[in-house]
Amino acid sequence: MSSRIIELLVSSFGEILIQGLKVTIPLTVISFVIAMLIALIVAIVQVANIKILKQIARFYVWIIRGTPLLVQLFIVFFGLPSLGIVIDAFPSAIIVFSINTGAYASETIRAAIEAVPKGQFEAGYCVGMNYFQIMYRIILPQAMRTAFPPLSNSLIGLVKDTSLAASITVVDMFLVAQRIAAQTYETFVLYMEVAVIYLLFCTVLTKIQSILEKKMRLV
Amino acid sequence: MSMLEVKGVKKRFDDLEVLKGIDLSVDKGDVISILGNSGSGKTTLLRCMNFLERADSGEMIFDGQSYDMHDISKKDIADIRKKTAFVFQNYNLFINKTALQNVSEGLIIARKMDKDKAIELSKKALDQVGLSDRYDYYPHQLSGGQQQRVAIARAIVYKPEVIYFDEPTSSLDPELIGEVLGVMRDLAKSGMTMCIVTHELNFAKSVSNKVIFMADGKIIEEGTPKDIFENAKEERTKRFLASYYERS
Repeated sequence: MSSRIIELLVSSFGEILIQGLKVTIPLTVISFVIAMLIALIVAIVQVANIKILKQIARFYVWIIRGTPLLVQLFIVFFGLPSLGIVIDAFPSAIIVFSINTGAYASETIRAAIEAVPKGQFEAGYCVGMNYFQIMYRIILPQAMRTAFPPLSNSLIGLVKDTSLAASITVVDMFLVAQRIAAQTYETFVLYMEVAVIYLLFCTVLTKIQSILEKKMRLV
Repeated sequence: MSMLEVKGVKKRFDDLEVLKGIDLSVDKGDVISILGNSGSGKTTLLRCMNFLERADSGEMIFDGQSYDMHDISKKDIADIRKKTAFVFQNYNLFINKTALQNVSEGLIIARKMDKDKAIELSKKALDQVGLSDRYDYYPHQLSGGQQQRVAIARAIVYKPEVIYFDEPTSSLDPELIGEVLGVMRDLAKSGMTMCIVTHELNFAKSVSNKVIFMADGKIIEEGTPKDIFENAKEERTKRFLASYYERS
């Protein structure tokens, strides 16, 4: 490897990584937190069998899971302005990633809630607790333990999916890498480098996941 | 007047009529054993009495108050459940809570009892079922017999007017049945009102003051243990008892 390429790798590494810390990670974290809130509400609405809300929830999951993430990004960022709704690139990305991840995660959480034995509910009722007390104190803590590995999956998926935000002009790690590649013509090296940085982020998350999983295990 | 009475309880699951009009009255201090083959409706009856299943029709009179068992309000159900407790066949302990938390949870959350007081009462209840050395164990760290005893502690801590037991020993290994029956025997002696769906005929015979035999969703025969075990009048009761004695 020529010294020019090594120099390029070193100088671009910092630049890309900083953009990762400044844009990719906040984008991921904010979107994921909102997605979890959406997912919890959408899941509980379905499990609790609240009539109209349940139908809205199913409709939401159907639409979001049935359309490509990239298209959703384009609709919000490039499409809505023609209806007079203009949203900046970064908030557009947050909206789309939250709604998209929320739909998938709601199915994960719903399945995890439904996997909790029915007897847990019955026991709760018999000691005088009401539906939401049982849900909050007994069912959800158990369900979240089940849902944790697949939700970690969603989070790791989201880290990588944020690279799609580059296509709606969000200046994230990937867009920075693209720019440097365009200036230097070292496409292979740059894209490999950004791939490695994504891998780095995901590796850290995987590590955190396994630590937390061990912690959550009941003695 | 009885403390608790149900009349004309009917329940069907789709095409299957599980309860065909059951009348049952429970006096304070009664220990009632409900016997019958699988599918006779005895568990469903117990579940209807605590509204875990909603009866299609029937009347309940509890402490002089009358309730329609089908069209009962949520509030009335909650009130009735505050006076009753239920022990399940497969324990149904809260998996994410320790033994102590299992017992105290309802006191603290549902009855808004002061936390220290609730813990104190819960420890006492666990001591009573012989688990004073297992406060901080999670259900999966306990044997089946210990789990069921936690469940009984969880039932008695509320000082309910009646405890329903749904086949409390049917999930247990044979060598663990004794410890649970022992606890129940003590409870009965202390004057607790109990309705027990069980297959433990010896227990029913020696502990209960009233025995009910059910088949096909109906009460076939009821009386004292002596009436049922020694002088059964109905053919079906005799056949049921005979088939049990053959096995043991």
